Amino acid sequence: MYAFDIERPTSLTDAVTALGREEAQALGGGQTLIPALKQRLAAPSVLVSLAGIAEMKGICMNDAGLLCIGGGTTHGTVAKGAVAHYPGLADLAAHIGDPAVRNRGTIGGSLANNDPSACYPAAALASGVTIVTNTRSIAADDFFEGMFTTALEEGEIITEVKFPIPEASCYIKFEQPASRFALVGVFVAKFAEGVRVAVTGASNNGVFRWTAAETALSANFSVGALDGLSVPAQDMIADLHGTAAYRAHLVAVMAKRAVAAAK
Amino acid sequence: MPKDSVAGTGIGASTKRREDVRFLTGNGNYTDDINIHGQAYVHFLRSDVAHGRIISIDTSAAAAMPGVVKVFTGKDFEGVGSIPCGWQVTDRHGEVMKEPAHPVLAQGKVRHVGDPIAAVVADSLAEARDAAEAIVFDIEELPAAVNMKAALEPGAPKVHDDLSDNLCYDWGFVEENKGAVDEAIRNAAHVTTLELVNNRLVANPMEPRVAVGDWNKSSDDYTLYTTSQNPHVIRLLMGAFVLGIPEHKLRVVAPDVGGGFGTKIFHYAEEAFCTFAAKACKRPVKWTSTRSEAFMSDAHGRDHVTKIELALDKDNNFTAIRTETYANMGAYLSTFAPSVPTWLHGTLMAGNYKTPNIYVNVKAVFTNTVPVDAYRGAGRPEATYQLERVIDMAARELGVDPIALRRQNFITEFPYATPVAVEYDTGDYPATMDKLEEIADLAGFAARRAESVAKGKLRGLGVNCYIEACGIAPSNLVGQLGARAGLYESATVRVNATGSISVMTGSHSHGQGHETAFPQVVAEMLGIDASMIDIVHGDTGRGPMGMGTYGSRSLAVGGSAMVRATEKIINKAKKIAAHLMEASDSDIELKDGKFTVAGTDKSVAWGDVTLAAYVPHNYPLEDIEPGLEETAFYDPSNFTYPSGAYCCEVELDPETGKVTIERFSAADDFGNIVNPMIVSGQVHGGIAQGVGQALLENCAYDENGQLLSASYMDYAMPRATDVPFYTVDHSCQTPCTHNPLGVKGCGEAGAIGSPPAVINAVIDALNSGGHKVAHMDMPASPSRVWAAMQG
Repeated sequence: MYAFDIERPTSLTDAVTALGREEAQALGGGQTLIPALKQRLAAPSVLVSLAGIAEMKGICMNDAGLLCIGGGTTHGTVAKGAVAHYPGLADLAAHIGDPAVRNRGTIGGSLANNDPSACYPAAALASGVTIVTNTRSIAADDFFEGMFTTALEEGEIITEVKFPIPEASCYIKFEQPASRFALVGVFVAKFAEGVRVAVTGASNNGVFRWTAAETALSANFSVGALDGLSVPAQDMIADLHGTAAYRAHLVAVMAKRAVAAAK
Repeated sequence: MPKDSVAGTGIGASTKRREDVRFLTGNGNYTDDINIHGQAYVHFLRSDVAHGRIISIDTSAAAAMPGVVKVFTGKDFEGVGSIPCGWQVTDRHGEVMKEPAHPVLAQGKVRHVGDPIAAVVADSLAEARDAAEAIVFDIEELPAAVNMKAALEPGAPKVHDDLSDNLCYDWGFVEENKGAVDEAIRNAAHVTTLELVNNRLVANPMEPRVAVGDWNKSSDDYTLYTTSQNPHVIRLLMGAFVLGIPEHKLRVVAPDVGGGFGTKIFHYAEEAFCTFAAKACKRPVKWTSTRSEAFMSDAHGRDHVTKIELALDKDNNFTAIRTETYANMGAYLSTFAPSVPTWLHGTLMAGNYKTPNIYVNVKAVFTNTVPVDAYRGAGRPEATYQLERVIDMAARELGVDPIALRRQNFITEFPYATPVAVEYDTGDYPATMDKLEEIADLAGFAARRAESVAKGKLRGLGVNCYIEACGIAPSNLVGQLGARAGLYESATVRVNATGSISVMTGSHSHGQGHETAFPQVVAEMLGIDASMIDIVHGDTGRGPMGMGTYGSRSLAVGGSAMVRATEKIINKAKKIAAHLMEASDSDIELKDGKFTVAGTDKSVAWGDVTLAAYVPHNYPLEDIEPGLEETAFYDPSNFTYPSGAYCCEVELDPETGKVTIERFSAADDFGNIVNPMIVSGQVHGGIAQGVGQALLENCAYDENGQLLSASYMDYAMPRATDVPFYTVDHSCQTPCTHNPLGVKGCGEAGAIGSPPAVINAVIDALNSGGHKVAHMDMPASPSRVWAAMQG
């Protein structure tokens, strides 16, 4: 680790101010950033911890029927707090990393980082969330711009994520054997107006919607509707843990399992 | 040895591990817990290219950085020796192996990713790291030799410019057998040929390596604290060959060590560096490996590419085995690297079977990768894997039952001299197979397979046998085979005045439970409670010269030394007791910690005798010396030969390729057993590591010599959920005939016996449900299984 200053604001306003400092970096749960710092792969001059901002934490249902989760809410809190409202999302949160990760890592941090193997981006994209920041609201379809890339501006903070609640949903991931991140993860969300399917872990472009599956499932929400459908392998990640063809194959397998288990 | 004390604390009792109290409460004293007043910290600048010529290194800016004590490069070590290799192999043409220099810090070239280029010693680790980034160096990257077969092609990049090529040796064993083997294969009714890879592994002990060097300017004595399995060996190798420090001026301490698995046997450059730098800087110097450094500087394991042929006659009797193996040495010869694919591998190729003709060829190859050396089992897992895989494949090709084929070819008469130069003293392979069939419930497999199929899964069952040669010794034999050290073990039994005992052993415990098991042996012999006995180990300043712990040798060799020393104690104590009771020595009996005159009710307690030895007021001073302390060195006449039969049952998801282990059963013959609970634990851990190799672990380099699996993000270690509840049994016991305890060793068995069981099971699953896969290499990870199923 290189030396750095740390700021621990207790309000969003103070956090925004602190992030205005030169080479400042927001720190959520630190589950990605802290290891990077330890390896000297990042060298911010000041870390702005968002962990002490009460207004960015918590879960509630709003009047429009959206599940609103503060950007600083940990996976562990979502795993427990979303069960009654959105079981598919709660289940996803309950299976991110291990207990230590779930008790530190936050939804805002995960979405802002947009790791191509992270779980939350699939939930956000499949649910069609609205991502609220300190300056604006961004639709999920506009937010994810490729691996580790999002629509966020410098210093912009995710304060809240608003989830429409589907009639049925399920997230199934196939874990990479070493890291246990999603080698392929598929979130299926069935809404009255149609089905959304988001895939994480698989693509060189990060999380994406599998539109052919969405069309098929919107017409007929059944495992059989996916028969014969596949994603093209050429955009898939190929590494030690799987070829592009394997990942493309797993997308269909995981999607079917998610449809079968959706509730 | 008597075995009637199972309820007490002697041999046969499953007493709890006394060392676990401190390990589990955070009170262990590991090398990183050692901090010496005034100590400085070293950070190594390591190569990020696999092969390169050092054009220039400028350390001037780094030396001027805050807190920097001194910056070292290879030039500072021109006057010291090379990191030595402890074993010299002679090849099939009578030539000795090529043995390139291994400098403490790189000189002229860097030869693998992680090769240290320079070292910064500073007041703090952070300052050392900062300064290392200020070192300006120019390294001309060269093409790398990575793939072994390509590295042997003419024109391949040479790892060492002063060698003619990258071939370390071309070993044939037994060379005189080759003609007969070739002929037997030509005349065979059936030959099964299998080409396979024994995957490269990173040992990954929980505790990374650490070294603290200290130098005393008033006495000119050095002390090295290090994470070692054999501190005496480090003292010898580093003192005599690298730094030129005589033994009486160098103390090596290996305190609590958090796992070794072989990778902490070897003498490493960082140890020599810290010892050397302590004097150069006139300050203690500490290095603690990061996990990232461990991946690129701890010796790796395995990495063999093998072709094996098994010949059978028309009645399915094995008639010949011929193997050709490429064994990766990495960039330099680690301490015991040359012995692993040769004497620890070729000599085991007979396995449990009476195959009359065997020939083993091994080509050891230098590559631009981390050095490869012994890892749990060392050579024996590689031998067992190829043999037990080719037998399974032969059974499948011939349409015969794989267990029946094995049984038909079992060695059944002992002692048995193999065609590969070793003599098995005892064993009962049909008995362990009978036991396995019972505990694994083979009869129930068909029903369990049907259940899996009903869930859309495939199920497979794999069985294999293993034999290992352990209790690594005897010195005169290993000397003929190229070892540059003896392989005896030592023990000093120091009985204190009040009767408590300290046993100094040259063995070293890094998780095996010696502090619990060794006192059981001495307690059994003396008839006293084991709690009166402590084990002292891991410090060349406190015990006699010993050779350390590896090759499942500690109890068989070190325990035997303890028995010999304790026998001397008993002899002397009986003389003292006889004097105290005014009886003849020959009438004295020792039982339950009490000396009695045979046939009388006269007795003296253990403590009376020990007190008399140190307060010799009433004592036969004219006949024996005061005191009660004895040392013995034990050098056995043969290896020991544990054996066993293992069974693995897997379920395989054909949609994803994911394999899960549903059942795992192990029937082992370890001879006599001192602490059954510890033995079971050793088998459990060994199987977990074998399962890791079979399903998960894969140390991978790309074609440029970049380490692809350089962290736990990409290197998959087995976790609790990856292994089942094991069924282990060690009731089959054919005691070793040539050591006084009749023990055989159990530390490596699980890691040797389990990989073929797992892969045989995976292949069995992949030949059900209409699938047909003849072989796949380890690890059977989901993507690889799926790929194998696609053909």
